Amino acid sequence: MRIEFVLNGKEVGVDTDPAKRLLDVLRNDFGCTGVKEGCGEGECGACAVLVEGRLVNSCILPVIAARGLEVITIEGFRETERYRVIEEAFDEAGAVQCGFCTPGFVLAAEALLRRNPVPDEEQVREGLSGNLCRCTGYGALVRGVLDAADRGRGLW
Amino acid sequence: MHKPISRPVARVDAREKTGGTARYLDDLRFEGMLHAGTLRSDRPHARIKNIRVPDLPEGYHIIDARDVPGMNRVKILVDDQPFFAEHEVRYVGEPILLLAGEDRGAVFDLLSGVKGEYEDLEPVFFEGKGEGLDNFAEYVIKKGNPEQAFREAADIFEGTWETGLQEQAYMEPQGVIGVCDRDRVTVYGSMQCPYYIHKALVQGFGWEEGRVRVVQTVTGGAFGGKEEYPSLIAGHAAFAAFKTGRPVKIVFDRHEDMVCTTKRHSAIIRIKSAMNRDRVTGMEIDITLDGGAYAGLSSVVLQRAMFASTGVYRVDNVLVRGRAVRTNTVPAGAFRGFGGPQAIFAVEMHMHSLAERAGVSPLNFKKRHVLGTGDKTVTGGSAHEELRLGEMADLVASMSGYKEKLKRFEKKRNGNGGKRGIGLSLFMHGCAFTGSGERDIIKAEVRLAKRSDGSVEILVSSVEMGQGAFTALKKIVAETLEIPLDRVVYVNPDTDRVPDSGPTVASRTVMIVGRLLMRAAEEMKKRTDAGPFEIVRTYEQPPAIRWDQDTFKGDAYPVYSWGANVVEVEVDPVTYEIAVRGCWGVYDVGTPIDERILKGQIDGGVAQGLGYATVENMRIEAGRLLQSNMTDYVIPTSLEYPPVESVLMDTEYEYGPFGAKCAGELPIVGAPPALGAAVQNALGVRVTKLPVTPEYLLEAAGNED
Repeated sequence: MRIEFVLNGKEVGVDTDPAKRLLDVLRNDFGCTGVKEGCGEGECGACAVLVEGRLVNSCILPVIAARGLEVITIEGFRETERYRVIEEAFDEAGAVQCGFCTPGFVLAAEALLRRNPVPDEEQVREGLSGNLCRCTGYGALVRGVLDAADRGRGLW
Repeated sequence: MHKPISRPVARVDAREKTGGTARYLDDLRFEGMLHAGTLRSDRPHARIKNIRVPDLPEGYHIIDARDVPGMNRVKILVDDQPFFAEHEVRYVGEPILLLAGEDRGAVFDLLSGVKGEYEDLEPVFFEGKGEGLDNFAEYVIKKGNPEQAFREAADIFEGTWETGLQEQAYMEPQGVIGVCDRDRVTVYGSMQCPYYIHKALVQGFGWEEGRVRVVQTVTGGAFGGKEEYPSLIAGHAAFAAFKTGRPVKIVFDRHEDMVCTTKRHSAIIRIKSAMNRDRVTGMEIDITLDGGAYAGLSSVVLQRAMFASTGVYRVDNVLVRGRAVRTNTVPAGAFRGFGGPQAIFAVEMHMHSLAERAGVSPLNFKKRHVLGTGDKTVTGGSAHEELRLGEMADLVASMSGYKEKLKRFEKKRNGNGGKRGIGLSLFMHGCAFTGSGERDIIKAEVRLAKRSDGSVEILVSSVEMGQGAFTALKKIVAETLEIPLDRVVYVNPDTDRVPDSGPTVASRTVMIVGRLLMRAAEEMKKRTDAGPFEIVRTYEQPPAIRWDQDTFKGDAYPVYSWGANVVEVEVDPVTYEIAVRGCWGVYDVGTPIDERILKGQIDGGVAQGLGYATVENMRIEAGRLLQSNMTDYVIPTSLEYPPVESVLMDTEYEYGPFGAKCAGELPIVGAPPALGAAVQNALGVRVTKLPVTPEYLLEAAGNED
């Protein structure tokens, strides 16, 4: 079946099984390998992408559900000014260790800051709670998002 | 404090990881690559009668024990584990064969049609407290005259503590790719120890070393889980590539990863203390670890548990017995702390309970017993440094308001609402390999290459797995040579290019490999020629170390890192759910090579330790894991714990680079007993088990009433 959607600002189409996970289509058909499979059951957020601006775990979304919608992966988001602010803030906070969860956390931060450009610590913790990180204990990630909100004032 | 080397720098691998351009194993593709799935035993113990394989389409292959060209045993300390089971399976999840083909989906569809026929054999499990089981290892340590201490004791106190399984839960599941190019095989993979895999492949193929190459790919977390385990699947991928002539990729999904990879050993630890005038005069300690179906690293994990069994305390008369038993469950293996977390939990809870019993503050009781400079450890060795444990305990107590809270919570104990409690732990971690292991077994070699363009390349087998090795080792070299960090090159190790500087384990990378690199850089600095040239350095043991591996007498480790934690909790009086309200830490790791990286190790280690102590519940029933995915096996989220307030002691170790000791494992060791003591303090019931689940507390509270 032909499925068309907007991927990182470009209209794309793919002939595939409509039940296939969006994760597999993004990785295998479009080479978006920044989207990671950590658990395959919607628990860890390593595969998180933005669908119509909302944070979605692409491992539990059949590709048909993305038909006609706008999908943004880390490959698209990293071209933005907001990304550069988050990247810098994450780096300075020490939020990156093994890195496997990091693109998912970047997109979780983006989704949170779109909804709430000036979150407090509790709101950041809530906003990141759908993503798992085994390295940092989350302290640095939380500081990174708070700092990104601060230095990116006006961007969100 | 704040030596130039300790000042944080931008992590050298942050950019590619944040932007998603870093290539992890599953992001790699090779021309003509096949995917392989594994048929696993669904029995804890059985004889394999037959494996029924349906007709396979062209291009799909079976690889099993008959396709192992050399020895069908995974090389580790004891060669008991086969790459593929031959006639018998010993745990649920044991690999029997691979099915490989071009389409991954088709591979797993076909695999579901492959059926094993078994004759069940009697399995053995750990539930019976480990008695009457076969041992992988059994040791005794004796110090002083424990018999006399117990004969003369005014009082004797005894308790038993149990700890459960813990899953490493690295975010990137295990994965390898085997590539066979005529007479050579290359394995790419997510790993900690390229040379462990290299040696395993040499034995598995029966080939010369030069025909085997191992390349580490960007590794998404490991925590010990990628120490010995990847050798097994590296063999699988390599044998499959050899048989099919095509590159073969094996990547686990989370369920498969949890079912068949190594866990932290569950343990039962009994401690009996002889007391005289509120002082511990002797201890008898008995440690049993569940090793699972194959020997793996259980003997060394047991040794570390035994060397940590009296904690940070001076006990003059000690008898420690330890055994690691064989059961029909998934093999236990390396996990950050490596036997330390189990032993330290037991001894810290024991000391906490002794203090409660004596009606003394745990802070004062523990301080009264801590090792002082020059005091002898359980193995009769010395710490070779000035010890400041009392000072560290006081510092963490004042940071957390420990004394005041202890009194305040006591007064409110019988009121309504959440029960508050506070717990303190003192702990240590022996740095690097046991005793003279670095000199006698590992024999690390490093090379530092000066290129003609003036850049300098680090050639070591140590891997970056998230812990910051790239940044830390580059800093050590750049700072020594007084050149900018970006003039130092350090890429993922490839055994064709790097010497064996040992495995990336035991918190040894900075202290051992970093020190060798520093010495190499010092030598490079003296050279006036432009290059290219290479400096080679091999490990030399610090002169004062004395160790006898046969009697376990002497310095069990070259040096120790030390810590003190306080955890504050609030326990719901109805549901018994535990909320962590505060966490404080004081750490002595020598000179921090990068304060920000170190803070990351502390925060992450504490979270893993608190998870181990509370929500990370993994149980085995009749040889089957009850939790085998991330929905059932819960790891901490961003909502669980408050930030860790931590400080570093200003110390320097003579034989570490810029004065650094070890840091990676230490933080996980102290958190569980601090949490356990806090809960015990809050509820007034003895906490004798990890994890401390609401169900457990409900039962324990019921028993006390």
